[in-house]
Amino acid sequence: MNILERYHAMEYGPAPEARNEADAWLAARDFGKALFIGGDWKAAGGGKTFDTSEPSSGKLLAKVSDANAADIDAAVAAATKALPKWSASTGYQRAKVLYAIGRAMQRHQRLFAVLETIDNGKPIRESRDIDVPLAIRHFIHHAGWAQALDRDFPGHKGVGVVGQIIPWNFPLLMLAWKIAPALAAGCTVVLKPAEFTPLTAILFAEICERAGVPKGVVNIVQGGPEAGAAIVNHPGIQKIAFTGSSEVGKIIRKATAGSGKKLSLELGGKSAFIVFEDADLDSAVEGLVDGIWFNQGQVCCAGSRLLVQEGIADALIAKVKVRMSRLRVGSPLDKNTDIGPLVDLTQIDRVKGLIAEGARQGAVCWQPDATLPSSGYYHLPTLATGVSPANILAQEEVFGPVLATMTFRNTEEAIELANNTRYGLAASVWSENVNLALHVAPQLKAGVVWVNGTNMFDAACGFGGYRESGFGREGGREGMFEYLAAKLPLGPVIKPATSSAQPVEQADGVAIDRTAKLFIGGKQVRPDGNYSIAVATAKGKLAGEVGLGNRKDIRDAVSAARACKSWPEATAYNRSQVLYYLAENLSGRASEFAARLTELTGSNAKAARDEVELSIERLFLYAGLADKFEGRVHQPPARAVTLALHEPVGVVGIVAPDNQPLLGFISLVAPALAMGNTVIAVPSERYPLLATDLYQVIEYSDVPAGAINIITGRSAELAGVLAKHDDVDGLWLFTDAETCAKAEADSIGNLKRVWSGNGRSLDWASEEATGDALLRRAIEVKNVWVPYGD
Amino acid sequence: MSSTIREADLGTKVTPLPARAAANTPVPLDHHIARNPGLKLDLGFLESVRSVNRSALERRVASLTKRRSIKADNQAAWLLRAIACMDLTTLNSNDTEERVRRLCAKAINPLRRDIMEGLGIAGETIRPAAVCVYHPFVATAVDAVRGTGINVAAVSTAFPHGLAPLSTRLQEIEASVKDGADEIDVVIPRGLVFGAKWRELYNEIVSMRAACGDAHLKVILGTGDLATLRNVMLASMVAMMAGADFIKTSTGKESINATLPVGLAMVRAIRAYFEETGYLIGFKPAGGISTAKVSLDWLVLMKEELGRPWLEPDLFRFGASSLLTDIERQLEHHLTGHYSANHRHAMA
Repeated sequence: MNILERYHAMEYGPAPEARNEADAWLAARDFGKALFIGGDWKAAGGGKTFDTSEPSSGKLLAKVSDANAADIDAAVAAATKALPKWSASTGYQRAKVLYAIGRAMQRHQRLFAVLETIDNGKPIRESRDIDVPLAIRHFIHHAGWAQALDRDFPGHKGVGVVGQIIPWNFPLLMLAWKIAPALAAGCTVVLKPAEFTPLTAILFAEICERAGVPKGVVNIVQGGPEAGAAIVNHPGIQKIAFTGSSEVGKIIRKATAGSGKKLSLELGGKSAFIVFEDADLDSAVEGLVDGIWFNQGQVCCAGSRLLVQEGIADALIAKVKVRMSRLRVGSPLDKNTDIGPLVDLTQIDRVKGLIAEGARQGAVCWQPDATLPSSGYYHLPTLATGVSPANILAQEEVFGPVLATMTFRNTEEAIELANNTRYGLAASVWSENVNLALHVAPQLKAGVVWVNGTNMFDAACGFGGYRESGFGREGGREGMFEYLAAKLPLGPVIKPATSSAQPVEQADGVAIDRTAKLFIGGKQVRPDGNYSIAVATAKGKLAGEVGLGNRKDIRDAVSAARACKSWPEATAYNRSQVLYYLAENLSGRASEFAARLTELTGSNAKAARDEVELSIERLFLYAGLADKFEGRVHQPPARAVTLALHEPVGVVGIVAPDNQPLLGFISLVAPALAMGNTVIAVPSERYPLLATDLYQVIEYSDVPAGAINIITGRSAELAGVLAKHDDVDGLWLFTDAETCAKAEADSIGNLKRVWSGNGRSLDWASEEATGDALLRRAIEVKNVWVPYGD
Repeated sequence: MSSTIREADLGTKVTPLPARAAANTPVPLDHHIARNPGLKLDLGFLESVRSVNRSALERRVASLTKRRSIKADNQAAWLLRAIACMDLTTLNSNDTEERVRRLCAKAINPLRRDIMEGLGIAGETIRPAAVCVYHPFVATAVDAVRGTGINVAAVSTAFPHGLAPLSTRLQEIEASVKDGADEIDVVIPRGLVFGAKWRELYNEIVSMRAACGDAHLKVILGTGDLATLRNVMLASMVAMMAGADFIKTSTGKESINATLPVGLAMVRAIRAYFEETGYLIGFKPAGGISTAKVSLDWLVLMKEELGRPWLEPDLFRFGASSLLTDIERQLEHHLTGHYSANHRHAMA
């Protein structure tokens, strides 16, 4: 074409990003020695390699060392060796290292971007303008956290050696999200990139060498499932951080059950993109482009479910189609490409299969008329309309450029549809009415909510999911906690309950017979099974009998807890007053509870009195903190505020310990209630009468029905039922180690947040077993992005 | 396309934009433009377009200009397009007839002969679509460009503030038309927008359109004064309803010139008007557009948001005075590989 023809055509033409520097880098590397362990480059112990190829052509890029379990051992050993010095270094020293990494990455950012695009297939505009700058921002931001550690996280220390497993969709960015907070916290790292995308992590390791990262602090091991499993199961690792599929996340949760490893999982999503009738529709369309066609839709928080208000649905869909027809599909190295190839042929097959099944189930699928490049793993952007909530395209994470569309009639239905999913990673709300947007955002079960925007990320703002999208946050203050631990005051080792001989002999004195039932939905109810168990006094005599709760009682209690809307929706001030009132009413019966403690545990009168007084003090404490354990406002580098809201976890199961049976029970239940959770509490199996005695106190204290439910019975059995109940969001366990491990493994049904003492109780009288340490477990942090400007 | 993919039934009354074929496919140019007759003032329709989210528009233009790149021969062709879509402008209080004649001469011969030859367009006519002057210089300009096909645009209606009595402003339009102006760039009194006096604004523009007769009406919104993108959207829509042939951003005299977010709001107004009526309205950003690089950003905006028809001078103009020189420098660089200097190109 001559210039005159081009003048008439007004096409963009190719604008290829040069790849010669990246090719030179590739040619100069020995990928057979790609394991970065203890500061050295090593071949895989088994001598194996795996192939990484270029998605835009299918051509082989490199044969990369494939680590085996022995290599992981070596990496963990290197990280362990480096740990004492690194964790003892000053915050300033670590900040200097993080800063140096960030600056060194900045100096090589084009090489990072080109390599990322070659290896992953994402358009160069995205790697260059989004992935790499965000990764750099993460290191520089976390340099600050390293230095602010003592100030902002008193009493906390790095967890130790961490194992990190990252996905292929944002290889460098996910590496940054993992490594930056770990190093800031004083942890050492064994990180495994995804097999599809090993390259930028290798370049990053080279940067570490140059930036003065001490040997062994960062170890990067390339490999597949064997290496991943070896990391997950390695006894020398104190924390696992994983980003990837919910399926693998559940396997990891199960594999680490009972190990005491700290765990954060950032998993899949089926995020809602809600457009109200008063939205800026043209901008909402661009939001969809950023939401579902960003990175070919291979984004865990992709806005893959478009929920649009009925009155504007046709207009919006028409606009979406026009916009889709302007998306340019082509070589990811071309600066005019909007949509590059998917990462691998297997992904193409998967996406096509899901579209076909969605169409079979009644969805109408539309694609713009465009020709795809002849080689490479390309897929056209796809719009599915007429998608029912039951359609596979509304249910399953496609992880491809496929948008499923549904309509809603009113706000309530929009929220209901948005939350009608097992996932809970992100959501977008489009409306020009700030009242509406801020009304909807807190009601969405999602860890991130973008108002009039989508896929906004920043190192200062936490990112992570509700529900089966995983737990833990990355970024911001909330993200730092994932790599820190405070020393909790350990209590006794909890032994499995033994079915010892039942006491038969009445304790001294004949009082009027009392029947301790279960407490469900604000009422005292008989146990479903209609069996009771005897409770012994310290002297082995019969103190009374309590109901033997079973799975159906747990089921009923969970229903009651779920149905109780007034407690989570109450103002914090209101919850505060109820907790104060509980304290007041318990105080009125202090001597009775002290006597019960003495009777059951044999503790002396003063100790019993002290425990009751401390229990009342704890209620006071959490009553007061109910409206003080607040969220934050983050400051991302954009004209936006990010509200980090503290929301209740939801329905929380609590299996309380035997030691300090009243104080332990209240120490756990009170913070959960204070933050607006509804609770199913299983009291101490040995001393349940202290909890059943509370029924009247609770009934008298204006606690809404269902906010607290108490099921007496066999702790291990009931813990198991709670663990397997998919409508329980959180589970706190102070039972024997085996029960804790089993419950952690069983929690994968809905990936509930489990906090277990792993067979140890805490010393509930200690100050360290109060306050933020517990409140933090009683909340989810939801980051609501609110861009502004008029 | 796989057999499982079926065309969805749109079931909508929204008219698709012309040239809505795939972005990768060249579009044949077969449009012809019917002049906008205007609409009755429709406050309900106006209300329906008031949702304009500034942050989202800013993000869109930020990524838009980064996500498109025009290189080498295409860049040269696009810069020639910028010339063809230019209203070469002089609007200074010290303008004289001689200055206007120089401007016209530059418009007739915008590029050095060797550059034209180097680009392989020696036999072609690629020159600004119009020269834009104050009313007193219309006759001079008409004389100077006679027979070239270059239009003369006049800024009438008490440019740049528009605060003379309506009768005076209408007389000025009539005088410019009488002197031979092909296009009339009018300014709106910004106060009518702040007061949401849509009917008054509408009526004023309707009478201006009537005063124009066959001359095309370009309505300058003075966007730098309008404060919000919502005001820009609403004023754009009222101007189109009142019969504007073009809507234009700025006079060049406001403290904030044409910006891409403002341009995006205006082209979206044009799209909404087209979807509602089927009429194609032109767009003219003006003020502060002085570099070849920035002119490409605007062309990308037009292509992405409205499509190929809006890259023709009947639907798109730059109002510019110094842009041409920068384009000349870039074109020389394209040919020689040497960075050029201003003094190597004839001034206007």
